[in-house]
Amino acid sequence: MSDALIEVENLSFRRGRRVIFEGLDLIVPRGKVTAIMGPSGTGKTTLLRLIGGQLRPDRGEVRVEGRPVHRLRRDELYALRKRMGLLFQSGALFTDLSVFENVAFPLREHTRLPETMIRDLVLMKLQAVGLRGARDLMPSELSGGMARRVALARAIALDPTVMLYDEPFTGQDPISMGVLVRLIRTLNEALGLTSVLVSHDVAEASQIADVVHLIADGRLVASGSAEQMRRSDSPWVRQFMEGEPDGPVPFHYPAPCLEDDFAARTGEGA
Amino acid sequence: MDNSRALELAVGGFVAAGIVAVLVLALQMSNLTQVRVDDAYTLTAEFDNIGGLTVRSPVKLSGVTIGRVDAIAIDPKTFRAVASLRIDGRYRNLPQDTFASIYTAGLLGEQFIELAPGGEERFLADGDRIAMTQSAVVLEKIISQFLYDKAAE
Amino acid sequence: MNPLRRLGQLTLDALARLGRMLLFLLHLLPALPLALGRPRLIVQQLYSVGVLSLVIVLVSGGFVGLVLGLQGHNILSNFNATESLGVMVALSLVRELGPVVTALLFAGRAGSALTAEIGLMKATEQLSSMEMMAVDPIRRVIAPRFWAAFIAMPLLAALFSMVGIYGGYFIGVVVLGVDEAAYWSQLVRQVDFDEDTVNGIIKSLVFGFVAAWIALFEGFDARPTSEGVSRATTRTVVNTSLAVLGLDFLLTALMFGNS
Repeated sequence: MSDALIEVENLSFRRGRRVIFEGLDLIVPRGKVTAIMGPSGTGKTTLLRLIGGQLRPDRGEVRVEGRPVHRLRRDELYALRKRMGLLFQSGALFTDLSVFENVAFPLREHTRLPETMIRDLVLMKLQAVGLRGARDLMPSELSGGMARRVALARAIALDPTVMLYDEPFTGQDPISMGVLVRLIRTLNEALGLTSVLVSHDVAEASQIADVVHLIADGRLVASGSAEQMRRSDSPWVRQFMEGEPDGPVPFHYPAPCLEDDFAARTGEGA
Repeated sequence: MDNSRALELAVGGFVAAGIVAVLVLALQMSNLTQVRVDDAYTLTAEFDNIGGLTVRSPVKLSGVTIGRVDAIAIDPKTFRAVASLRIDGRYRNLPQDTFASIYTAGLLGEQFIELAPGGEERFLADGDRIAMTQSAVVLEKIISQFLYDKAAE
Repeated sequence: MNPLRRLGQLTLDALARLGRMLLFLLHLLPALPLALGRPRLIVQQLYSVGVLSLVIVLVSGGFVGLVLGLQGHNILSNFNATESLGVMVALSLVRELGPVVTALLFAGRAGSALTAEIGLMKATEQLSSMEMMAVDPIRRVIAPRFWAAFIAMPLLAALFSMVGIYGGYFIGVVVLGVDEAAYWSQLVRQVDFDEDTVNGIIKSLVFGFVAAWIALFEGFDARPTSEGVSRATTRTVVNTSLAVLGLDFLLTALMFGNS
């Protein structure tokens, strides 16, 4: 049994002319919580979509359990996705279905279980995220943190082997953030999952991650345990982990020299 | 669940009402006395003048529609109009000396072909030509004839 | 911008959209028979597409019938032919106004709602998350809605025509004193089953297909922002109306043109 569940090899991807990844390599070990961090706009969400097979790489490949995702046939890809849970940043709950029906959705779509069994399973999953009492609410009645927990219950409904989290902590108050941090960790232990979480919330992510990958400018900059990262002497890693405004990642977006830009104004406006 | 029952009832009511509307339109509000295409046969009839007869004009027997004009053409040799009549297969035993005339429903109404069966023992078969015909009455001709006669008196 | 370049850009955009529309249809068609295996989903959509359109369709049908009765009576009384009022009202409704006006109302009521719904599902990543749960959104979300629209349209059009005919009856017979028997007997005699009724039904089936296709495509193709969704909704109403009117001309020419 190989240690790596997900392998990203020499991955290149661009959107239009914008390069997102250029020769990215990284490994997600089985059974661990892996955090992929980097500044906003480095394509972390894109990476999750590449892993889920919703996007195709321009070059290189993403392998899950040793199989290249973008070369799978449609039915193989769907079979793979059933073993993969993705928690969207927005939660992406179905707004026309109740909390209960949202969690029941993957079960109803993919199994022929009797109604009583579906009910038991759904209540179990909701219990795991602490929202069994909210089963009859509609998504519009939930707070952001609750919606994300319901989405999490839905993502684990089919007992996946991999859970992907897209920015699970963004826009959460400290309490629900704490709840989510604990949930991700305990679910990983209790269900024997492999978790990948993409985030730029350094404190929370490094709190639960076994392995941290830092990406910037389309490639892997550093990886190791959270402790190793904090103690890293690379100025780039330090800037990111400490959240300093200027450093190797410049404060300014690339632009021509300031004087030239002001001088050019008259020419452009005409 | 109460909710889904109400929904199903509403949808059921809607679909039923819609189907009833289609059926009423089809059966009650239109003439279904159609020639069944699979069982129809064709006769032809030559006229000097067909007047306002058109394709799909009715063909009647004692006032009952038994077919439709299927096509209208000119016989290239005689230069007379030839109408093909598609007749319902239920009326197969039209005698060979059936008389076809073009009439007008009312003074200004649509024109149709009226068939008047004769006494012949043999029947018209598919593709046969009706020998005896009377052309459309053209109102202008009658009026001018009338005026001419009056003037002659 | 250079107007010539702008024209070229618009043409290319339109062609690209048309191409995406066709691809969407190609993706949708094989999913349609599969969607029939889950009639519950279609029933749910029939509710929002059909039942909820009922009020506007019935009310409009009634008013259109009243107007037809009034105008028809006005014109026909010049020729002393008010007995033909029933035929005139029924033929106008069954051949043209029933299918066309219903389709236009449908675009405004149900089509725009479908586009907005699908567009929002896309914007809030619901479609994407469905895909990640190994559920094909075309099959689960789009196909049942397509069936519902396709089934609802001819039913709505027939109801529209029915109500309209009774609206004409009310004005003509009850208010203006046209002979009741003449209204119905002329109508029954002159409205042809396969010439008029069937052609009307064919029209509304075609309109149902096109209206559903456009509405669902625009939602699916919408840019996933609130502005993108609102633009897509507008485009659904405009494009469906244009398509319905254009197709109506084409179908009328084909069906009634050569007699």
